[in-house]
Amino acid sequence: MNDLLDPLLLSRWQFGLTTIYHFLFVPLTIGMALTVAIFQTAWVRTGKTHYLQLVHFFGKIFLINFAMGVVTGIVQEFQFGMNWSDYSRFVGDVFGAPLAFEGLLAFFLEATFIGLWIFGWDKLPAKLHLATIWIVATASILSAYFIIAANAFMQNPVAFTINEDKGRAELTSIWELLTNPVALAAFPHTIFACFMVSAGLIITVAAWHLSKNQHLDTMRPALKFGLWAMLIFGGLTTLAGDQLSLAMVATQPMKMAAAEAMYETSTGAEASFSIFTLGTPDGVHELFSIRIPYLLSFLSTHTFNGTVEGINNLQDQYQTLYGPGDYSPIIWITYWSFRWMIGLGLLHILVAVVGLWLTRKGQLPTNKWVWKAAVWSFPLSLAAMIIGWVFTEMGRQPWLVFGLLKTSDGVSPGVTGIEVLISLVVFTLVYGSLAVVEFRLIKKAAQAGPAELREPENESGKPLVHTTVY
Amino acid sequence: MDLTVLWFGIIAFLFIGYFVLDGFDFGVGMAMPFVSKDDTDRRVVINTIGPVWDLNETWLIVAGASLFAAFPEWYATLFSGFYLPLLLILVALIVRGVSFEYRHQRPEKVWKQRFDRMIIFGSALPALLWGVAFANIVRGVPLDAGHNYTGTVFDLLNPYALLGGVTTLLLFFTHGALFLVLKTDGELHSRARTLATRAGVVTVVVAAVFLAWTVLAYGTLPALVLAVAAAIALIASVLANIRRHEGLAFTLMAVTIGAAVLTLFMSLFPAVMPASNDPAHSLTIANASSSPYTLQVMTWTALIALPLILVYQAWTYWIFRKRVTRTHIEGSAEPDVEAPAEVAH
Ligand code: HDD
Ligand code: HEM
Ligand code: HEM
Repeated sequence: MNDLLDPLLLSRWQFGLTTIYHFLFVPLTIGMALTVAIFQTAWVRTGKTHYLQLVHFFGKIFLINFAMGVVTGIVQEFQFGMNWSDYSRFVGDVFGAPLAFEGLLAFFLEATFIGLWIFGWDKLPAKLHLATIWIVATASILSAYFIIAANAFMQNPVAFTINEDKGRAELTSIWELLTNPVALAAFPHTIFACFMVSAGLIITVAAWHLSKNQHLDTMRPALKFGLWAMLIFGGLTTLAGDQLSLAMVATQPMKMAAAEAMYETSTGAEASFSIFTLGTPDGVHELFSIRIPYLLSFLSTHTFNGTVEGINNLQDQYQTLYGPGDYSPIIWITYWSFRWMIGLGLLHILVAVVGLWLTRKGQLPTNKWVWKAAVWSFPLSLAAMIIGWVFTEMGRQPWLVFGLLKTSDGVSPGVTGIEVLISLVVFTLVYGSLAVVEFRLIKKAAQAGPAELREPENESGKPLVHTTVY
Repeated sequence: MDLTVLWFGIIAFLFIGYFVLDGFDFGVGMAMPFVSKDDTDRRVVINTIGPVWDLNETWLIVAGASLFAAFPEWYATLFSGFYLPLLLILVALIVRGVSFEYRHQRPEKVWKQRFDRMIIFGSALPALLWGVAFANIVRGVPLDAGHNYTGTVFDLLNPYALLGGVTTLLLFFTHGALFLVLKTDGELHSRARTLATRAGVVTVVVAAVFLAWTVLAYGTLPALVLAVAAAIALIASVLANIRRHEGLAFTLMAVTIGAAVLTLFMSLFPAVMPASNDPAHSLTIANASSSPYTLQVMTWTALIALPLILVYQAWTYWIFRKRVTRTHIEGSAEPDVEAPAEVAH
């Protein structure tokens, strides 16, 4: 009973749940804003109506998704204070600044210009209206930078001193905070991954329509766009992920050891990367595995004879440094999440290559299995993204701020288990039902396909469909 | 000037911005059932705030994040202490936001009614609870030496705080009705004006009691001056509405809300979270604030960003200055469908 009402455990569940939920919508917002901006630019430049149809079509999906990103984002902002008040006290001086920057410099822009974009079709000149969606796209990327910089402080604290009197970390250089090497590596990786997810959505939607032989004039170019975007951003995500691995090994070697479930320190060929392992549930004993020699050494150090530290060794080091305790995360989670992220990512590069080959010279495959497989692009690339974050955040445990503050010391002391249980149940119910509503809406909008443009209105000469109203 | 004082002022400014702007969104949501005769009316009402509600709500996000950055102790104590009320506010803001965005995507009657109810609930609840929360801050709450709230949720439901809640509810209600007067035409416009007058009279009475109580129990001289200013602006706003000076009425209402929120902040200063059990446990601008360096960084950013923000937001309001009419809706709407909820897929 006590365990069930443990505020720490419940708060962790709640934070994980709500953050994953928030992040279901964020990649599409970031990716689709740019996609819509590109289609709209193409329309303004060429005047070809199928581009405008694509703008409206993907714009609608973008907006349905955007609303959820906004309302779930507020929860994120409040939760630090509500559930993690001791954490907020400890890091507020450092962590608050990027969050405030995000609001002042990015969210305001985004929220203002999205309104202008939705409702401004008949009120702004075409070029100015085009600028609004570019501002939205830029601001969403900017907001991602600030939040990742904040998160990077938790992975790799920099630019602070400890104020013993106040018992907190204090900022010493904003520049150093914003150029945290982990942030510089995680930002491109996350943003490119966001573009993979939106490319995935385009492939999914286009494949669905093309398999039914409908909307060919809009969906053919959309599919091509999606496949190329997937290929390019898949490649870039992989390259950036490689850089991020280096940053991670340098700052949190335990995470890499846990990602490999590697207990003993290994060098060179021994530092192999296992593609698949069966072991005892606690991961201590290995029963069977497929391994690529040297790969882990290469991933961690970019040399073939590098040394990668093992969990046992690091555990001993940390005990001397930070006192007795268990300093490893839950190994099976880190092990499998690392593999699934990479695996799903590489799968999508393959999807893009195969897709581009099958549709070369304007061909369309007739085999229905090809289309059925292609429809999975969106859910699976989104899954890769979420799993990557689960790896990052769970791999940091038991630390909340690495080396400085344990997760168990960050939770709000005044909030009771009952209160957190109530909020956890409420969020689960509200988010659960919203997920159903939102999924149906997106599905409906996607299946309806791009609408034909209506006749221009007599007076102004502008197509009527431009006037969006609630 | 001491940066902690400046930041106390900026936080007050951000909350005033939030209450003045999202305040009329709440009011529009609450007034919707009273002024609308049919679905087209309701759509007109929602479209008056359609382009701006999101940016108005963002004031809260920025106020919250700035509180975190400038006064982490205040943020931590307030948000963990008022856990359940904030949960309710969050849920309300969530259902309100998605209802605005999704209502027109589901033309079926059942869904529209569902979304309408969510808009009304999602507007009224925060309008009430923000008042309860701020009144409790002014009144003081029990805190331990580590500045953690030691009371229960029921301690927050005292008469003064509840009166505060009713006050903000009524203020926002009238504010929203006045906004509708400004942004609609025809019958809807006349109904909104009548509603604003009726609600305005009740608001004057309740707000006067609340402001007097605040000044008498917790006030200082500046708070008294501000409270009087708020009361005068409120009465003038109601009168202006009766005389059909709609722009003036709305502006005066904005001034009222600004002055009322400032009254609360001035009653607090220099405390930010007074402890009702032991003054030694109180949070003040001195012991709740960030380090001087962080405040400096924040100050530079805010001084550059805030003027820009005000400019582009004012421009947005200018772009959307025209009244929303029924023809505007009818011209671009898909027809209503009577089908039951689940048929569409
Ligand atoms: C579509 C999504 C996607 C794909 C295909 C990949 N990743 Fe990833 N990965 C993410 C999406 C992601 C992410 C956005 O979810 C994370 C979480 C935190 C972050 O910065 O990006 C992440 C984190 C993350 C981390 C953890 C960083 C840390 O905790 O400090 C590493 C080491 C990698 N990735 C490495 C890779 C490699 C080597 C990949 C390919 C070969 C790869 N990722 C593909
Ligand atoms: C970049 C901004 C982010 C910040 C500042 C952040 C911060 C935090 C904090 C404070 C916790 C709670 C303490 C803990 O349990 O360790 C946490 C946990 C967690 N976060 Fe994040 N997070 C961020 C992004 C994400 C994203 C995008 C995801 C997933 C999509 C995610 C997934 C999780 C999960 C699953 C947990 C629970 C881990 C556990 O309790 O073991 N986080 N994060
Ligand atoms: C746990 C930490 C997080 C917090 C506190 C947070 C906070 C917020 C808030 C308050 C909003 C609403 C903004 C608005 O009203 O316009 C929002 C939306 C957004 N968030 Fe998060 N967020 C977190 C995690 C993340 C992460 C990890 C990313 C990106 C990598 C991200 C990217 C965005 C973007 C692009 C938006 C705007 C688009 C949208 O509303 O969907 N957030 N977030």
